[in-house]
Amino acid sequence: MAGFDKVVSSYAEAMAGLTDNMTVIAGGFGLCGIPEGLINQIKLMQTRGLTVVSNNCGVDDFGLGVLLVDKQIKKMISSYVGENALFEQQLLQGELEVELTPQGTLAEKMRAGGAGIPAFYTATGYGTPVGEGKESRQFNGRDYILEEAINGDFAIIKAYKADRYGNCIYRHTAQNFNPMAATAGKMTVVEVEHIVEPGEIPPSQIHTPGIYVDRVIQGSFEKRIERKVTAAATTRA
Amino acid sequence: MALSREQIAMRVAQEFKDGDYVNLGIGIPTLAANYVPNDIEVMLQSENGLLGMGPNPTEAELDADMINAGKETVTAITGASIFNSAESFAMIRGGHVDFTVLGAFEVDVFGNIASWMIPNKLIKGMGGAMDLVAGAKNIIVTMTHADKHGQSKLLAQCTLPLTGVNCITRIITDLAVLEILDGAFYLRERAPGVSIDEIKAKTAGKLVVPDNVPEMQV
Repeated sequence: MAGFDKVVSSYAEAMAGLTDNMTVIAGGFGLCGIPEGLINQIKLMQTRGLTVVSNNCGVDDFGLGVLLVDKQIKKMISSYVGENALFEQQLLQGELEVELTPQGTLAEKMRAGGAGIPAFYTATGYGTPVGEGKESRQFNGRDYILEEAINGDFAIIKAYKADRYGNCIYRHTAQNFNPMAATAGKMTVVEVEHIVEPGEIPPSQIHTPGIYVDRVIQGSFEKRIERKVTAAATTRA
Repeated sequence: MALSREQIAMRVAQEFKDGDYVNLGIGIPTLAANYVPNDIEVMLQSENGLLGMGPNPTEAELDADMINAGKETVTAITGASIFNSAESFAMIRGGHVDFTVLGAFEVDVFGNIASWMIPNKLIKGMGGAMDLVAGAKNIIVTMTHADKHGQSKLLAQCTLPLTGVNCITRIITDLAVLEILDGAFYLRERAPGVSIDEIKAKTAGKLVVPDNVPEMQV
């Protein structure tokens, strides 16, 4: 590795340094825009006691769900976890802890973590179970709760393209949480569909500047669709 | 007669104004997209990061990277934009989305809403609902007036854990259109053929019935 070249050649190299009880922030929404190969590598490494921060926890046999099989996740911080029977089972048996966090608050916690802002006030969740035990304050007559930023030991990201310097672009709605997650990891690893040379992505089109990125790996993706709905199947007027 | 899901959606769509940005929740709210009047334009926001959501794709258009907040495959209309989730919720919390339409288990006379959690049942999470009710300028709740056991969902006080406080002003049910004002439900319209007595019987919270309650046009 030389200079700003961040490309690594194996998944083992990509996830080197991940150890038990770390916090991992993962990009993705549902199964869209998830770093499939990096998740599989964590399974292979059998790292345990992980706190995983991600909007969802995959499905039983794909995405973050594969880390439930051997109980590698200790705690999940998510906004919605309803797609996963194994998750439900481990939760009910007390083997897994979950911190349900409103989706916008979760995105902002990652953004704040990456931007050096330790906490922020939001109206979201005030007066609900989410606001219980949190500091609250009025601004202009409205109530807000204080939410703390999230940082991860690792952030695992899926991008469409990255250049060797780690400058990334995302494709369509596979962008989702990835840009914020990328800023909030001490070690940020990006798995991409295409690695290109610096300069190939026009500078003003870059979503995630390479300064946030530590490692880039060429992935191979299944890109599974969670809910395939086509125009023929719906009753559109 | 109580309205069908489609008729509720039809009535919801009558609320939209030309040029509105609208976020539709899963279920009946999503159906409202099918009934937007032809003479107005609205743009649908999907909170995973898409403004200008189009119909579901054809088999040829299918793309794993194009989904909506319900994780269904969708398309983008001409003039759409795609962005990250922090940006998406900045639009929502910042009050830039004109309308949010969502379902609920309960609503009360204070404008509180419970829509995400039933204690002692599996808790799946709130997704973006708490952000949406905290941020939209206008929120419409769609639901059946009573549950399947005939118990009112329009209460003096919500009994389930809340999604948001003092945020709901308008409710469209299978029986009525109601507004929440000064600690009461105001009956604004009733479903065709539905009596005021039936609405009274199925509304547990304080109900104000004006002299003239027109029938909904659906």
